[in-house]
Amino acid sequence: MKKYWRSLNELQGNLSVDPEPEFSTIGISEDEIKGKAKTSRRDFLKLLGFGVGYATIAASCETPVNKAIPYLIKPDEVTVGVANYYASTFFDGHDYCSILVKTREGRPIKLEGNELSSLTKGGTTARVQASVLNLYDSARYKNPKKGTTDISWDDADKAIIEELNKIAEQGGKIVIFSSTIISPSTKKIFKDFKEKYPTTQVVYYDAVSYSAMLDANLKAFGKRVLPDYHFDKADLIVSFGADFLGNWISPVEFTKQYSSKRKPEKGNPKMSKHVQFESTMTLTGSNADYRIPIKPSDEAALLIELYNKLAAKAGVETLSGGKAIVNIDSLAAELWENKGKSLVVCGTNDVNNQYIVNAINNLLENYGKTIDINAPLLLKQGNDAEVKAIVEEMNAGKVAAIFFNNSNPVYDYPEKEKFAEGLKKVALSVSFASAKDETSQVCTYTCPDNNYLESWNDAEPKAGHYSLAQPSIHQLFDTRQMQDSLLKWMGKDKQYYDCIRTYWEKAIFAKQTAFADFTSFWNKSLHDGVFETTIETETLAFNNEGLAEAANKTKKSGEGIELLVYENIGIGNGANANNPWLQELPDPVSKVCWDNYLAVSYNYAKANGLELGDIVKVNNQFEIPILIQPGQADETVAIAMGYGRTNAGLAADGVGQNAYTLLDNSGNHKSYIISGVKIEKTGKNHQLALTQEYHTMQGRDIVHETSLDEYAKNPTAGNEAHVKHEENKPITLYPGRTYEGHHWGLALDLNACTGCSACVIACQAENNVPVIGRDEVINRRIMHWMRIDRYYSEQADNPEVFYMPVMCQHCDNAPCENVCPVAATPHSDEGLNQMAYNRCIGTRYCMNNCPYRVRRFNWYQFTNNAKYAFTEDLDLSRMVLNPDVLVRTRGVVEKCTMCVQRIQEGKLNAKKENRPLRDGEIKPACLQACAADAIIFGDLNDKDSKIVAAYENERNYHLLEELHTLPSVGYLTKVRNKSDENFIS
Amino acid sequence: MYDAKVRGILIEGNKNYHQISDEVSKPVESAPPKWWYVAMGIATIMLLAGVWAGYVTISQGIGTWGLNNSVAWGWGIINFVWWIGIGHAGTAFSIFLLILRQKWRTSINRAAEAMTVFAVLAAGLFPMIHMGRIWFAFYIMPYPNTRGPLWVNYNSPLFWDVVAISTYLMASATFWYVGMIPDFATIRDRAKKTGNKIREAIYGTLAFGWDGSTKTWLRFEHLAMILGGLTAPLVISVHSIVAMDFATSVMPGWHTTIFPPYFVIGAIFSGFAMVLTLMIIIRKFYHFEEYVTKGHLDAIGRILTFISLIMGTAYLTEIFIAWYSGSEYEFFTFFKNRITGDYYWAFYAMFISNAIVPQLFWIKKVRNNITIVFIMSIIINIGMWFERYVIVVTSLSKDYLPSAWADYSPTIVEIMLYIGTLGLFILGVLAFFKYIPMFAASEIKGILKPTTIKEEQNN
Repeated sequence: MKKYWRSLNELQGNLSVDPEPEFSTIGISEDEIKGKAKTSRRDFLKLLGFGVGYATIAASCETPVNKAIPYLIKPDEVTVGVANYYASTFFDGHDYCSILVKTREGRPIKLEGNELSSLTKGGTTARVQASVLNLYDSARYKNPKKGTTDISWDDADKAIIEELNKIAEQGGKIVIFSSTIISPSTKKIFKDFKEKYPTTQVVYYDAVSYSAMLDANLKAFGKRVLPDYHFDKADLIVSFGADFLGNWISPVEFTKQYSSKRKPEKGNPKMSKHVQFESTMTLTGSNADYRIPIKPSDEAALLIELYNKLAAKAGVETLSGGKAIVNIDSLAAELWENKGKSLVVCGTNDVNNQYIVNAINNLLENYGKTIDINAPLLLKQGNDAEVKAIVEEMNAGKVAAIFFNNSNPVYDYPEKEKFAEGLKKVALSVSFASAKDETSQVCTYTCPDNNYLESWNDAEPKAGHYSLAQPSIHQLFDTRQMQDSLLKWMGKDKQYYDCIRTYWEKAIFAKQTAFADFTSFWNKSLHDGVFETTIETETLAFNNEGLAEAANKTKKSGEGIELLVYENIGIGNGANANNPWLQELPDPVSKVCWDNYLAVSYNYAKANGLELGDIVKVNNQFEIPILIQPGQADETVAIAMGYGRTNAGLAADGVGQNAYTLLDNSGNHKSYIISGVKIEKTGKNHQLALTQEYHTMQGRDIVHETSLDEYAKNPTAGNEAHVKHEENKPITLYPGRTYEGHHWGLALDLNACTGCSACVIACQAENNVPVIGRDEVINRRIMHWMRIDRYYSEQADNPEVFYMPVMCQHCDNAPCENVCPVAATPHSDEGLNQMAYNRCIGTRYCMNNCPYRVRRFNWYQFTNNAKYAFTEDLDLSRMVLNPDVLVRTRGVVEKCTMCVQRIQEGKLNAKKENRPLRDGEIKPACLQACAADAIIFGDLNDKDSKIVAAYENERNYHLLEELHTLPSVGYLTKVRNKSDENFIS
Repeated sequence: MYDAKVRGILIEGNKNYHQISDEVSKPVESAPPKWWYVAMGIATIMLLAGVWAGYVTISQGIGTWGLNNSVAWGWGIINFVWWIGIGHAGTAFSIFLLILRQKWRTSINRAAEAMTVFAVLAAGLFPMIHMGRIWFAFYIMPYPNTRGPLWVNYNSPLFWDVVAISTYLMASATFWYVGMIPDFATIRDRAKKTGNKIREAIYGTLAFGWDGSTKTWLRFEHLAMILGGLTAPLVISVHSIVAMDFATSVMPGWHTTIFPPYFVIGAIFSGFAMVLTLMIIIRKFYHFEEYVTKGHLDAIGRILTFISLIMGTAYLTEIFIAWYSGSEYEFFTFFKNRITGDYYWAFYAMFISNAIVPQLFWIKKVRNNITIVFIMSIIINIGMWFERYVIVVTSLSKDYLPSAWADYSPTIVEIMLYIGTLGLFILGVLAFFKYIPMFAASEIKGILKPTTIKEEQNN
């Protein structure tokens, strides 16, 4: 018989040599490859026995019914298991961000920054990241209401149109009370509405007002706008209470710009210098090279002093009223040296102060260089004086109808009782609130607006910069977009979508030349999310008249204790307070969540015998716990706004106190600074939910730090410990790990990181990290996979601040891995420290043995539990879950995975396209969200990658590297541009 | 040539064999005293409290405990180590002293072994209830399975624990049981005489058909020696391995090579203290003063003094090494967190109770004052509990990164779990008092002084 051979090996009778396996052998046991794991008779009997047994048990137990409805007709764009991204726009009347909405099986589950926008450049904030959860908020209105009764849209429309017509006949005043509108199409609709009902007045109302700044620019340039700033072009930044990295006007844009100037390199050891004068410690102040605590009432005198010093150099007239609170001679000199390369900003809502700031920038010739008044930011348009007038008119009974768009004055107006009183006298009050709020509660009609993720919209955040918002999901409830409601009530049989298209065709299409037909232009704009054009520049002359008068009118003295009502990072103006992610976001500076508090200075607390959590009564209005805030100026206190909601939902109601009621509304501009505040001790105490209780590094080698001068001399300055460690590598008996394929690594630039915490929320959204609530945070059980450690230097009155994001370090010699008795946390072939949730039995040994304390335990059933989701509708809130990430049950340990699901996706995409993985292609959620570009991720085996460059940077070190844990996370030394301690004294 | 002093009599009261059988069997054969019922009642209530706490833990989660992300082990592990330590005494007593041919052990070994078994049972509950997902506890057993098969992590000290503790429990229980066989036979025979059929049947079964022949005795003694030899290393291994739970970690205050011997000594220390507590109770309530003589208590007191010196040395060594190592983390843990920091009270409670108070045993008057000895035995038990508290909590609460430092205090659930295991232990011991001869009567008979000496004394 003929013999056929299959391989040369066989022909040569050399059967012992295994042919090269066809498929990758990584991760597959030898037996499986060699086919030894075949089913034997014994196995068959085992399986039979098991099968029968299991079938018996399964048949006798009631199993939960899981509903999964397949697509009967699959939409073209949906591939199950593959995410779709839609470019859209986030604007909640307060913050703007160009975003990509990640949808899975038709559900928006995550927001990412849109890199095509030249404003936000792919950055996001914590509030933007968290806004996806608002879509699935059980406190959303599900249908129109009259009072508290549900009605249909037809009934609502009929009744409202009837009333409007009646009011129009009688000539009654109609008010559209709206947050800032940056949508040109919406403005057009307001205009049309006004045409239809000529007695209509549109009032823009910002809870966090920039009215004074707008008015100052009106005085100075004749235009009521906010200029755009270029922190990336400024070598010297001086900020008077402007929290531009956290909240001020356009924080994502400014953080991008700012951080680009905060990355000194070996060949080019340069970075901007940042000086901050402020009363309470803001995120921006904590990042400043020089931070000088001042009383808010001293700001004007200091501004005038600075102006005078510069005026003396410029040879122009000085102003009266300057006072050298601190010695700013060197600052003025350096500003003068940096003419046209400096920036002075101010966050106080005081028209005189702002006018002087404009004058200073004018002296420094910053306009046209670091400040762009020609293409202004349109993000804030509120007018305090107009609002005040409307409230008066309401109280006088002169307003017949009022429509609230995206505004909640019954909660956040300084004199909210007066507002509520006036509102009672308005015959027709309609709220477009999409979720429960205090204003809609007392309106006659609630006509709920869609969530922005269900809406069409456009936006013009900056003159010449347009962006589009498109719905990424069908309306979840019976809601209707505000613009559609107005169109309906105008009697127009038109959709808002058509209005936007029409507007774009008429007004915007002409501004470009790339596309000949509108549809292509529209599709491209919709695809990109943004359309940007340059606008013609005109030279605006600075108007000096009135400057002297303004200087005279500045508030130069404050009596007693001065209080600042400020905006914090998580809750902001309070509109989205019912977002449990944001409530549980620890404030980057104070590390408190689920509460606001009265920040007092160290000396004040000492003098008055106050301790953390002692409850005081403020101005006889409310009782609030105190927090001793290092860096708080003496004789000043501060409270965050946005808390004390009463009708917002389970997460927000009853959390903290409403600080808006403290605002001084006597002038033309709301004042967030109140002097002569009365603070009484009550003797009670309230435990604040702190995620960090020890605030210094205890002299330990944790954050490496140096000054720019030192760095210029020696790039390893401050990083000596790492150099020493590298020189004396530990000796080990065991062979090290080798990584043949990829070896993932992460690096964090401690100098670029501002601590803004966008990454924390991005991680929470991406990885289905549960919320646990105030009590459990007090128990120190917060689940965040990524935390921002904040350390103060020793000086309690004005410390230097360090931020250090810490997540799983994916140690190559991980202490957690070898202690797990059931091997639930093994190391991957690509250097990842993995968690097999299903294998974990919860001994928590790994948590104990992790020197970084990044492992989290599910102490209770946090997921799939309405109590911890702060929702009335668990199924709704669970729609936000990322299907690529397992939801963890009670009793298992979890931690950062370096977004392994994204790594897998990136690898698969590259494999499908038959190409090597590109550097930077995979972006963990934290990196994607980071507006400061402080996070670098990549393959340590790819020698050309950014991560390898970061690891080779002289500033790179590893946290606790002396423990020989061999982390796959690097940190780059912090560099402060601080050479002279007496620069400002 | 040195002449060893002839040891005094070990059992007082000039007893003959029959007397011993009578007296040792009496608690088994008669109704328990009233206080026994009262104690049983209290222990049952304690146990029920523990059952409630266990139910709460398993049904709601470990969140009902006071643990947090930084201090992930608390009272659960403290009590586990404490109980394991107590569980050392019996075996150490019986086996070390058996091998060293210390005859005075015979009055104490039975009770000590009983205590071991109940203490190890109580200890074993903690690692179980402590798991986040107790329903998957079987993952920790290495056996061929249908999950891959997935094996355990042989590198993990927790797995070593599983092996060491289960081995120790089985060995101790076997050793204890084998030692009881002749006494069960005695009770069987006595029951036969009095015609108590039920007792005869039960103890007859327990006695494994013991016939009292020389051959049987020979085998029994060989078996006892062999078991003793086999179990002796386990005494060392089990607590060494418990120590390695800590020593193999990277936590400051845990990562020390001194831990295994230090833990073993500590365990024997706490075990002997518990034996002392128990023996004083037995001799007081059952009037066994003649079996457990002042001489016995004196001997235990001397051993405790010696061990206490070792404990003190270990504490000081740890502190010295923390300074000498130059590690700022170690230094902080010992000097800033234990000696002077937030947990100073626990540190001093430990140090004074374990290293200083037992030094009073140098004084003979103290060793002979049963009340003081009893109080001191309790103090040592408390001190040893604090030792585990200091080790577990202080190291975890303030380790490397100050940002993650967190404090820990137990909840009512954890406290009730502890009380529950105390209840379990007391229940076991009380049942032992009633149903098992408290002394190894057969062995005691073997150490009675020869009649000639008695006669001499009588003269």
